[in-house]
Amino acid sequence: MGRTSHMDESKVVIQMKDIVKKFGDFTANDHINLTVHKGEVHAILGENGAGKSTMMNVLCGLYKPTSGQIFINEKEVHFNSPKDAIDIGIGMVHQHFMLIQPFTVTENIILGMEPTKGLSVDKATARKKVLELSERYGMKVDPDAKIEDISVGMQQRVEILKVLYRGAETLILDEPTASLTPQEIEGLMEIIDNLTADGKSIILITHKLKEITASSDNCTIIRQGKYIRTVKVSDVNENDLAAMMVGRDVNFKVDKKDMEPGEVVLEVDDLHAKDYRGVEILKGFHLNVRRGEIVGLAGVDGNGQTELVEVLTGLRKAESGKVTVLGKDVFNKSPKETFANGISSIPADRQKHGLILEFSNEDNLILQHFEEEPFSNHGILNRKAIKKHAEKLIEKFDVRPRGCAEAPAGTLSGGNQQKVIIAREVTNDKELLIAVNPTRGLDVGAIEFVHKYLVEQRNKNRAVLLVSFELDEIMSLSDRIEVIFDGQITGSVPGKDADEKELGFMMAGGKTNE
Amino acid sequence: MNKKKSILESNVLYTIVAIIAGFLVGAIFLLIAGISPAVAYGKLFDSIFSKPKYLVWTLVYASPLIFTGLSVAFSFRTGVFNIGAEGQFVIGSLVACVLGIVLKLPPVLHALVCLVAAAAAGCIWSLIVGVLKVKRGIHEVLSFIMFNWIAFYLSNYVVNLPGIHRESSEATLDIAENARLLLPEGIRKALDCNAAHWGILFAVIAAVVIWVIIEKTTLGYKLKAVGFNRNCAQYGGINADGSVLTALGISGLLSGLGGAVQVLGMAGRLSQFAGQEGFGFEGITVALIGGSNPIGCIFSGIFYGAMKYGGSKLSIVKAPSEVVDIIMGCVVLLIAISHVFKVFVLNAAKKKEAK
Repeated sequence: MGRTSHMDESKVVIQMKDIVKKFGDFTANDHINLTVHKGEVHAILGENGAGKSTMMNVLCGLYKPTSGQIFINEKEVHFNSPKDAIDIGIGMVHQHFMLIQPFTVTENIILGMEPTKGLSVDKATARKKVLELSERYGMKVDPDAKIEDISVGMQQRVEILKVLYRGAETLILDEPTASLTPQEIEGLMEIIDNLTADGKSIILITHKLKEITASSDNCTIIRQGKYIRTVKVSDVNENDLAAMMVGRDVNFKVDKKDMEPGEVVLEVDDLHAKDYRGVEILKGFHLNVRRGEIVGLAGVDGNGQTELVEVLTGLRKAESGKVTVLGKDVFNKSPKETFANGISSIPADRQKHGLILEFSNEDNLILQHFEEEPFSNHGILNRKAIKKHAEKLIEKFDVRPRGCAEAPAGTLSGGNQQKVIIAREVTNDKELLIAVNPTRGLDVGAIEFVHKYLVEQRNKNRAVLLVSFELDEIMSLSDRIEVIFDGQITGSVPGKDADEKELGFMMAGGKTNE
Repeated sequence: MNKKKSILESNVLYTIVAIIAGFLVGAIFLLIAGISPAVAYGKLFDSIFSKPKYLVWTLVYASPLIFTGLSVAFSFRTGVFNIGAEGQFVIGSLVACVLGIVLKLPPVLHALVCLVAAAAAGCIWSLIVGVLKVKRGIHEVLSFIMFNWIAFYLSNYVVNLPGIHRESSEATLDIAENARLLLPEGIRKALDCNAAHWGILFAVIAAVVIWVIIEKTTLGYKLKAVGFNRNCAQYGGINADGSVLTALGISGLLSGLGGAVQVLGMAGRLSQFAGQEGFGFEGITVALIGGSNPIGCIFSGIFYGAMKYGGSKLSIVKAPSEVVDIIMGCVVLLIAISHVFKVFVLNAAKKKEAK
């Protein structure tokens, strides 16, 4: 891949030996080993719920291991709190950023370790230090901008600077690319390279095999809490990694039978809508999706996809235009009406729109149907029917752990939460299914599962609109790809002969032959 | 082992521990004030348990508190914060009182009309705040607090109107006998409690109804969904604004009923307030001690009622009745931090198990 390794094999900075972590009867980590060298990028690969987070929480002092040893720079350590780990140079960048929105970049970075002058915070020194760090590692940030005003990519850089500011020598990056655009991911890879060149070590937790092969020296695979093995990344390919992670061969290629698209289900015509700031973001948008086809909407985040889906599902009022489902007008209708008229959707943010985390899974599974029989009768919920429904879907959609019908949705892993949503939306059996980043943050096993159900909908002669920032996903699933840029469709290509470069060009705003 | 674990995990245990700790803290303050806790607490328990009629009085004191407790608990469960129970309670008691004086209706019907009108008044009082929240985005806590004072002054104004006010007193005329919720005279005599009324029964029924709504109905599903995650509820087709209004309406209705029960039951008239009476605020305490569970509110309401009634007699042993407020304050505080406490206990239990 053309990357140069900065690993210094003579110096071991971190060693975890036979780490066991039990929660009650449940063993989250079962004799896990990890060795990280100076300047190394070490990937940790595992399915959702395999025990990666537990392992990292042990390493950064949040959990105490039940048994096992940790060595830092070949000396055994015992962490009593995250502070001990930070003091010794281990910094964690969490998947969900922990930043204070109304504070500036500098304020967030220095929080808790402010340089002082007398009794007050020495802002000038703080700002200078932040700038120094950001220049040293090529991380562009505006030290005076407020967090709420900056992009997700920049917020992540702030998180990284925060741990560097605390003197981290080893950085743990938890799913760092989950919410980034392809461009931002590239930027992150450069930052990782700069950091390792300077002698820092990186532990990268990710599901994305491509990123591992592109950035890492070694990869440790864990499955169901157990250490499987550590491999040199240059010795393996993505298929090998996937098989080791899941414990079986994974089918990356999506099998699709040929189908002739039928009548138009969704028709969007000259749609204009504003975003939350009141700025026009959909500027005369056209799109149609027919029966028996998956239409992929490709584009860089922020070009109007979010707003389009919100308008289609009734969560946002558009300014003007026409939206119909099988000829029925659903323009600016409420969520209930759009649903009744045949639109179901897998929302982009499963914790914001997809699930009520405090509700049990069985209650989440009847979100749109709780007022219908058999789930309720004359306003009284029928718990038996609700439970039966849930148990059926949990079985069919392989939601784990089994028997989780009455457990709060928030207790499930991300992948299983997504399965609950998919189970609900797919069984709605509506004419149109809109799926927005349906595999975000999922491991390959779960991705395979999601893709299977999207194709199944298409094969059942339903219309599917797939909105995704993962170009690979769009290309492997779509029968037709539409490219959105700046609130308009800038190009359309059949899914079969889509070319990544051409799509990338259109996503960046270049028009091809219409 | 499992049985032990489930006891350690249940909230009831921590509530009881918090109550005991509250008494201990209260004892410290009594010692500081130079009063023997043994004497004061002895009097407190004596005044609650020593005679059956004291227990009846406890229930009389508890009835309005269960209502306001339910009102606040319902709002907690549906994601809003009804800190305006005080105002709704006042409005409810005012409407019940005025109609009890002005109307001339046969028994039962008169009381029923007063109750329904008071419930409606409390509901509307709360809904105004709800509309301000939904239409104008004004946070309900702000408007509720202001509405508490509006209700307070409105009540004092009405109490002094001619035709309502009793000459040369600080109170209204007496409410018509037909509007009162008192138990039949024979029973009251037998219980040796003149103010014994149906309120406690109504409160228990209300608690059960609210429990059914929250746990068993589509309405409860809807209200909780919006309370937990407004975005997801909307996405699922639930009318979020409508749900917020419904939740606040029901919550206000319960406080209004509480006010009516108090004035039609125990008081029989309304006095001019010198300061806020606090039934609504005490409802917050009741809801918190009851774990926001409607059935829990019955017990915490009775507990608070007992403390209020027993506390009113503390002056006999020269102990300040405020010690009751200190105890209740500590209990709420300790319950609020009991979650932390629980983690410690469970960890300790786990460690023991590991050995």
